[in-house]
Amino acid sequence: MEEIRVLTPTGMLGYGFPVKWFKEGLKRNPHVIAVDSGSTDSGPHKLGMGALTCSEESYYKDISIMLEGGYEKKIPVIISSAGGAGSDKHLKIFIDIVEKICKEKGFHLRVAAIRGEVSKELVKEKLRQGKIKPCGPVDDLTEAEVNKANTIVAQMGVEPYLKALEMGVDVIITGRSYDPAPIAALGIKEGFDPGPCWHLGKIMECGALCAVPAGKTMFGYLRKDHFVLEPMDPELRCTETSVAAHTLYEKSHPYLLPGPGGVLDLSECRFEQIDDRRVKVSGSKFIPSAAYAVKLEGAKQVGYRTIFIAGVRDPFAIKHIDEILEGVEQDVVEYFSDIPRESYEMIFHVYGKNGVMGEHEIQKEITSHELCIILEVAAKDQKTATAVCSRARTELLHFPYEGRVATAGNIALPFTPLEIPLGPVYKFNIYHLMEIDDPCEPFPIDIYEF
Amino acid sequence: MKKNTKKLTDVASVIRSKNAGPFEVTLDIIFNDKQTYEKIKAAGVINKELIAKLYGVSEDEITEFVYYDAANAVKATLVRPRHQGSVGETDMHAAQQHVPLLEIRIPWE
Repeated sequence: MEEIRVLTPTGMLGYGFPVKWFKEGLKRNPHVIAVDSGSTDSGPHKLGMGALTCSEESYYKDISIMLEGGYEKKIPVIISSAGGAGSDKHLKIFIDIVEKICKEKGFHLRVAAIRGEVSKELVKEKLRQGKIKPCGPVDDLTEAEVNKANTIVAQMGVEPYLKALEMGVDVIITGRSYDPAPIAALGIKEGFDPGPCWHLGKIMECGALCAVPAGKTMFGYLRKDHFVLEPMDPELRCTETSVAAHTLYEKSHPYLLPGPGGVLDLSECRFEQIDDRRVKVSGSKFIPSAAYAVKLEGAKQVGYRTIFIAGVRDPFAIKHIDEILEGVEQDVVEYFSDIPRESYEMIFHVYGKNGVMGEHEIQKEITSHELCIILEVAAKDQKTATAVCSRARTELLHFPYEGRVATAGNIALPFTPLEIPLGPVYKFNIYHLMEIDDPCEPFPIDIYEF
Repeated sequence: MKKNTKKLTDVASVIRSKNAGPFEVTLDIIFNDKQTYEKIKAAGVINKELIAKLYGVSEDEITEFVYYDAANAVKATLVRPRHQGSVGETDMHAAQQHVPLLEIRIPWE
């Protein structure tokens, strides 16, 4: 094959995409429709509790359109990192969605489900063998932390995809995956240089986010030593700058991108404008690593949270806000002297002061005429979190301060319930690289015929 | 504004911050064109020390600081100030942490 054409309808499955631009892509006869649905960006609770990034309805809609396209063109549809976090629970939800669509539309499809959740036993065994190390600025992993994790997934590389493609399936749905893998897979299977394959994957896993203005549906032409990007919405343009800019998006290093099995080296990359809307990228190199490692992600529950949301408009209260909040916290801590102080946290988020930047805020003086205060309380159970939050709210409402003229109350409360329970809160407690001998071993494939 | 200086927004088209995984935040500055990029890179005004100062962190907390010629860009990656999406989070995607960069002034003749 001289060229592999990849259609990616959107940068994140479930966010929706215009059907007309997807159909524009189908007209170009793609060899594969591939989309990523994974990210750690919206936090650890999805992995911890199995929550979905988008609603089941939105996944159903997006997957329906993709399966129709794949069915019409008789090409594979690949969806990675089911549900956002890619646990077994997420994968099952996606497989059920595919089954439902097949029944409703009368499609007969052979579906591969590649699992990405890994057992604590495997992780502990690898830990004992010294095959697990931190990925970035995180502590060394311990067995105790492995035991505390609610769910652990591993980001699969391209090899399990190749295995599934060899099985002649119409649809591949995976658990947690390295984001570029679903897009890179077919090119690598067909023997294309893995450098451009991975780089194309890295850019297209975000759909048309690399275009100006940013959009959804992207079409990629993979050739022997380069690839070309073309956004499907004619109002969007890829430019040398926009594509180059996207190459370094959300990565620690701008041109060395480590992944399963090697490093993508983009130091010698060239971005060339070939017409108004299309950019050619060449010079992307993939350097295989000596040992094959996959990234582990784990989340543990750290407690329950309750918040209240309040406004402050009084200029005298704003002037004294720091001492008011300190005083409130002190009173609450004294009141709950029976609860160990280290078992709960009280964090005031003060919008109008430093709500967004926290300690990194460069503007030290409050210039806003009103503030929004959110008190976040985290405790070992919901009841305690709500009790502490409630006590702080009433204390703040009536806390005396110097120069107070408004003696009826210090805060304006917009919502009931005044205290809002947020449920369990999680933390990423595993973010490590695990060396494996066989890139397919932790990722078993189940085949379904619908 | 000081004489003979330019604001970063005058010379860069992208100034952004974003999570790079759950434990790092990465800052990107992408300059308008090759000439501007080369001039600023050579001048050395934007360096690790400046980033550390702007964010009130030690240089050890900057895990990467790299100029990327192919994209006319400079990237700095910092240890995230708190666990992403857990207790105390203020910016889940770290998408609004670029603002201190807007303070940068580039000497210009």
